[in-house]
Order: sequence, then structure tokens, then C-alpha cells
Amino acid sequence: MFEAIAFYLFAFLTISMFYIAVTTSQALYALSALAAGMIFISAFFFILGADFLGAVQIVVYSGAVMALYAFGMMFFDTTREIKEKQGNKAIVLGLSIISAILVVAIVAAPIVGNNIEALYPMVEGAGNTQEVGMVLFTKYLVPFEVAAVMLLVAMIAGIVLAGKKMDLSLTLMSEAEIMMMKEEDKNKKALS
Amino acid sequence: METAYLIETVIKIVVILLIFSALAGIGTYFERKVLAFMQRRLGPVNVGPFGLLQVAADGIKLFTKEDIIPTNVVGRIFKIAPVITAATAFMAAAAIPFLPSFTLFGYEVHPIVADINIGILYILGIMGVGLYGPLLGGMASANKFSLLSAARGAAVFISYEVVTGLSILAPIMMVGSLSLIDFNDYQAGGFTTWIVWSQPVAFILFWIAAFAETGRTPFHLIANDHEIIDGFGTEYSGMRWGLFFIGEYANMFFISFVISIIFLGGYGDGSFLGALGLLLKVAFFFFFFLWTRAAWPDVRPDQLMWLCWKVLMPIAVINIVITGIVMM
Repeated sequence: MFEAIAFYLFAFLTISMFYIAVTTSQALYALSALAAGMIFISAFFFILGADFLGAVQIVVYSGAVMALYAFGMMFFDTTREIKEKQGNKAIVLGLSIISAILVVAIVAAPIVGNNIEALYPMVEGAGNTQEVGMVLFTKYLVPFEVAAVMLLVAMIAGIVLAGKKMDLSLTLMSEAEIMMMKEEDKNKKALS
Repeated sequence: METAYLIETVIKIVVILLIFSALAGIGTYFERKVLAFMQRRLGPVNVGPFGLLQVAADGIKLFTKEDIIPTNVVGRIFKIAPVITAATAFMAAAAIPFLPSFTLFGYEVHPIVADINIGILYILGIMGVGLYGPLLGGMASANKFSLLSAARGAAVFISYEVVTGLSILAPIMMVGSLSLIDFNDYQAGGFTTWIVWSQPVAFILFWIAAFAETGRTPFHLIANDHEIIDGFGTEYSGMRWGLFFIGEYANMFFISFVISIIFLGGYGDGSFLGALGLLLKVAFFFFFFLWTRAAWPDVRPDQLMWLCWKVLMPIAVINIVITGIVMM
């Protein structure tokens, strides 16, 4: 009974949080509601007994939404409401409902169609974390490695993009050196 | 059976909440006394014997002060931010075994709210969520200095979470479990089996990162003293500001418990002496937080980032690799 109560409570909370995230015109509300919704989702993992995935959901998404806050800080005055350009509301609503139903149908069809069975049954005596590790490093090893390589590529790209003048530190330079650097920059611009 | 379990859990939650809220108050008294002693002052002396009732006086002041919501702030977020700090601090406590299990009136009590088998991951995750308190408080305040402090705080937390996670990975590899009770049982053999002897580097790294996680003085950029104001808390007054404070102090106590259990043997074999030992270790780590505050100035933000990414993180990674090679 407690499981049912917890499920409906968190289902309600999650849906209402994402509803706020979509409908509000205040950037801070939207971001906070998104973060709260992501954290409430972890409750479903805990209810299902997948403790490890639940904790990972909290760790990963709280950090990911944090990056969104950083963008929010850069692009908006987060204490003001944002005027959005709104097109035809009926079309947006209709299309999003149809696509949501389609996604559910696509994911659910094989489950209904050929009675999916668990190919990798629970290992006796292994904890939650160990089981995730076993599946990750046997059946899903290649996708796991590909994901790792992709992250490496993204990291190197980030370093290259942000890495201009990384060897200089304005706090460690004297006033004269900074002025000289500015002059050089001006000259370069004038030349080009 | 399920109802009994529910009642037991609720009682445990209430007890932990009451004890650590009170400890947060008494912690401020200790902080002021210790700082005063180290700086050749007296600290609080006027209210009650040795100024002990100062805590009560502060509490009355905080509770009865007018709760001001400034005009231009984002109202709801501004109000909820301190609650996030305090709530996440106590939520993290759910997976910490505070004492060995003992028998009370013929009923076996486990002083841990939820013995989930991923305890340490859960604690670090929830402590990471705790950052949303200062971040939202700063961003909703409509104050430039609050916003700056929030941005600085977010940068410090995100960076040092990497060090925390990596440094703790080596002990996790040795124990082979994420539950704090398993960590304790691994070191139940006594003084020589403590993980700190086999993982001294990880211990020091985690200890340094703990200062950043709790936002204590060498890494106290979140409420920077150089700006003379209280960072993200500038616009807050009364009990909302008090909630930020309770969250910070509760976090200090909880991270002290975590360090003691992971690296210093926890409550050992579960005897009375072991439990006393755990409390003494926690008291030492709490005292060390105050000691550092009296002895060290804040570091500059760029020095902090340099320390995290160029010193601590490579050391943590090398530590993991060496641990892995030795274990193979």
C-alpha cells in the first residue's frame, strides 16, 4: 500500500513540476521546476528497488541542470519575466500530444508484441551496483566504450574552444603587462 | 509489520532532526568560543553561565525577527531556497549510521534511517543537490553581489564534487560496497585495519574537498569576506537566514560522520567504546573546521580552481590507478 501511495504522490509531483517548467515565463521558475522534476523521477527508481540508478539520476541531473542555470545567468536577467514569441497554440498543443502518444506506442509496441523476457536475469547474491556493472561490462561494453570516446571528443573540443590565452592569468600579470597585451590586440585588429 | 517499521522510521527521523537542529545551534556557540580563544577574546559571556544561553537568545532573535521579502526578488524561489539547504542537509543524513545498533527495552534499534546499499553515493548526491539553496538564493535576490556569490559557489561546488567522487573511489574499490555499514564492518578489526593507513592520499583529498562541500573557511567563497557582505544571504533576514545557517552546520556534522566512518574505522566492533570513539572522531573533525577558520585566510577563486583541477584531481586519478594496480 505504501508503494502505491509513494508512486501516485511522486507521479503527481513529477508531472506538475514539468508542467510548471513548460508553461511558466519566468526563467528561474522553469529551471528550478525542471531540477525538482528530475530529482522526483529518482523516487521511481527507489520504489522499483534500483537504488543505484536512483542515486545516479540525482547526481547526474542535478549537475546537468546546474549547467543550465549557468546559461540562464549569462543570457537573461533571471529576476524578470521573459516575453516569448508564441505562434499558434493549438498547433503546438496538438503536435506535442501526438508525438507523446507516438513515443509511448513505439516504446510499448515490442513489449506487447512479443512478450519481452529478461535475458540477463538477476545474479544471486550480487548487489544492485554489481548487477549494473556486470551488464555494462558484458552485453553493453561496446556502447559504453563508444559513449566514453564521444565524451572524450566533446571534452577536447571544449578545451580547444575555450583554450585561447589559457596560459595567461590576468591576476598574476602586472598592470603594465596587461596594457601591453591590450595594445597588441588593437594592433592585430587594425592589421587584419 | 510494515506499520511498525513506518512508526520506527518516523521516530528515528524526528530524533535525528531534533538532535542535529539543536547541535547546529550549539555548534555556533562552540564556533564563537573556539574562535575567541584562538584570537585572545572572550566570546559570548553575558547570557547565562559561560554565555551558554547565547544560543537560546540567538534563537529567539531569529524566530521573532520580521521576515522581509525585498521588492524585486523572485518571491517563491527566494522563499524556498533556504528550505532546500536545510532539507537536503538532513535528507543526506538518512543513509548515515550514527551509532552501532543497540537494544532498547528488548527492541533492537538500528540508528540509521534507511540502510540502502548505495549509501555513500546517495549522501554525495544529496549534498550536491544542497548547492541549489545558495545558488537559487543568490539568483533570486535581485542583488549583484548575491548573484556573484552564487556563481562563485556553483563553480566551487561543481569542481570539488569531482575531487570528492574520485578520492572516495579508491576506498570503494577496496571495500567493494557503497554502504557505510559495510565500510564500518571492513574496518571492524581495530586500529590497524582503518582505511586511512592504506589510503592516506584519498583521506587527505576527501578532507580538503569536505571544506569546499560545506563551504567552510579556506574555501568560503560562497559568502566572500572580501566584499564585507554575506554573499547569497545578503537579502535574507530572520529565520530564512537561520535555515541557511542550520543547513551549513548540519552539513559540517554529517560530513564529519562520513569521514570518520569511511576512513577512521567508524564505530568499530559496535561496542560502547566504539560508539564513544565515533563521537570523539566526529568532535575532532568538527573542531578542525573551526580551527581552520581561525588559522587560515580565504584563498582567491583562481587559486581555488588551480588547486582543484591542476593538483587535487590528477593526484586523485593517480591514486585510483595505483590502487587498481595493487588490487590486481
